[in-house]
Amino acid sequence: MCQVDEEYNGQLEHRVTPRVSKKCVKCKENAAVLIIRAGDAFCRGCFKEYFIHKFRAMLGKNRVIFPGEKVLLAVSGGPASSSMLSQVQEGLSRDAPKKLRFVPGIIYIDEGGASGQSMEERERAVAQLESVFRATNYHYHIVHLEQVLSLPSSVLEAGSSATEKPQTGSSYKAAVDQFIQTRKNQHPDLSVENAQSHLSSLSMQEVEHGGTSPITPEQTQALQRLFASVRTLTAKEDLLHTLRQHLILHTARTQGYTKVMMGDSCSRLAIKLLSNISLGRGASLATDTGFSDPRYGDVVIVRPMRDYSSKEIAYYNRMFDIPSVFIPGLDTKAQDKASIQHLTESFVTKLQTDFPSTVSTIYRTSEKLHTACPPQNTNTQPSAKCLLCVCALDTKLEEFSAYQATLISEQLSQRRGPGPGFTPGTAAAPGLPPASSASQCCYSGGGQHQGCMTGEGGCCSSAKEPETVDLKSLLCYSCRLTIKDMTAEDALPQYILSEAERRKRRSQMREEISEFLLDEEEDEAILRVNGSL
Amino acid sequence: MSIETRMHIMNGKTRSHLISTSQQSGQAGMLFKQLETDWGGAELLFGSVKEHHVTLPNQSEPWDMKQLLVWIRGNMLKERPELFVQGDTVRPGILVLINDADWELMGELEYELQDKDNVVFISTLHGG
Repeated sequence: MCQVDEEYNGQLEHRVTPRVSKKCVKCKENAAVLIIRAGDAFCRGCFKEYFIHKFRAMLGKNRVIFPGEKVLLAVSGGPASSSMLSQVQEGLSRDAPKKLRFVPGIIYIDEGGASGQSMEERERAVAQLESVFRATNYHYHIVHLEQVLSLPSSVLEAGSSATEKPQTGSSYKAAVDQFIQTRKNQHPDLSVENAQSHLSSLSMQEVEHGGTSPITPEQTQALQRLFASVRTLTAKEDLLHTLRQHLILHTARTQGYTKVMMGDSCSRLAIKLLSNISLGRGASLATDTGFSDPRYGDVVIVRPMRDYSSKEIAYYNRMFDIPSVFIPGLDTKAQDKASIQHLTESFVTKLQTDFPSTVSTIYRTSEKLHTACPPQNTNTQPSAKCLLCVCALDTKLEEFSAYQATLISEQLSQRRGPGPGFTPGTAAAPGLPPASSASQCCYSGGGQHQGCMTGEGGCCSSAKEPETVDLKSLLCYSCRLTIKDMTAEDALPQYILSEAERRKRRSQMREEISEFLLDEEEDEAILRVNGSL
Repeated sequence: MSIETRMHIMNGKTRSHLISTSQQSGQAGMLFKQLETDWGGAELLFGSVKEHHVTLPNQSEPWDMKQLLVWIRGNMLKERPELFVQGDTVRPGILVLINDADWELMGELEYELQDKDNVVFISTLHGG
């Protein structure tokens, strides 16, 4: 008894300390409820202001969104994109003079087919999200990943950008004026207000995916076959990401959106940065993790949430009741080392707990990355871009690049020696695992001469099955690694295969007539000579 | 806090010499807790149930977060405990809110639990 008393008394002293809560560093009045970054305690009200302000500052600093523009919000249901959605709502509804002015639409991609969910689970998730979307009164699109199988191959081409990129802030105004001008020419009757009211009246009824699901089980099976043919989780995630981008791009193009907002948070982008380096995507780091991603030309991808850590987002969602839906993905409950992305995620998060400035350091480093723009000339052929990820091809370098060294060491470490006709530039030796020999024919050879029975150059075009197109030469280094992990390339969606074939034929044709093509410099030289005579 | 509010004491003994300035003490009886495993899929590890009302058993020392985690690991986690608890503390990437405030403000693992505390675990590991 006495013992209990004493303990209790001791406890009284001890109890006082945790109860003294810190004061908010901003207003210095209210009790702090949360610590962000390395020790700034904020109270609820100040935190909300800070959060909202950051969003608008991000959009205002990088002025790429024009007023009246149609912007597609890519919402996955997760906390960051749901938070982004609520910020957009907040920004558009304000009566403040600096109201955001663009026309939003929402897209949600149902990936249940790839991650092995049942139809009921998917429908449940979709229904939950639909109720969230309806509450926003914006136009929304529900797209199933199976629809990627029926995309047109034009989605792989980079469109031309609609306007010149504004170099400085002052020409932002010029860009805006130009944008409004082009829009007026296209739709002479619709002004911004009309467009908005028009859309809001449509939003309730018009949905891409109606009540009956247009997805057939065969499509789901084809999709599952595609993902089952990929051996590693790393490649699966990479492929999923690529297909998702294509779907979003396609929807944006067909529905007339010129910008897409993705909800990548700071933490997620830091993880993405490191894992992209591990995946071999170092060349396109700036576009993959920067604020704006202009690689598709006509549709620009922006990432307004890139300044928010996942802790801030989670707290904001919790405190202000932002609805979000959890949907399990490919790597839910996976082991730490299941994939490169997952491993990087656990690495960065662990490091972050001990060194709270990890994520922000990585983020600040990524801000300093810029792509050195190659001189844009009009005859940049589409084959200079990777087939899948539409970034610049980094594998057509000269003889003594690191990439060639990788290839050579790969060949030298194969069991069998190099086959006939071996040149340093071709990929893989004949000693490959015996998959279907028809598809190995040109795939392993790298050129038509090696394994192809019927000889001659043009044999592997239309006469044979289209799957025998050698995809590798059309891909950047990391996409090659992803495809290398696939056991059955013909499971790829048709649009990829037909576009690959088309590019192959184009480049073959170009080779064949290359002697007869006049170079630009030659042209000019001839003109000059003629002119001077 | 006066003595009446602590009358969730199940053993029926009144502790009259417990002073009115006292805060709740775990040793006097059971603690009711509302545990939420919110967001991010943390509920998957708890049988997809998001809210749990738990009553912690009687104990001589007051419950602190460390013991709570051990208790959760032993009693509530349905599967894959390493995805939730790592060593002494929660796995990195899982946020803990105590009464809607960051647990870092409360002393993290050393915080002593009180009656009717609301503890929320949010997993930030699953994208957006």
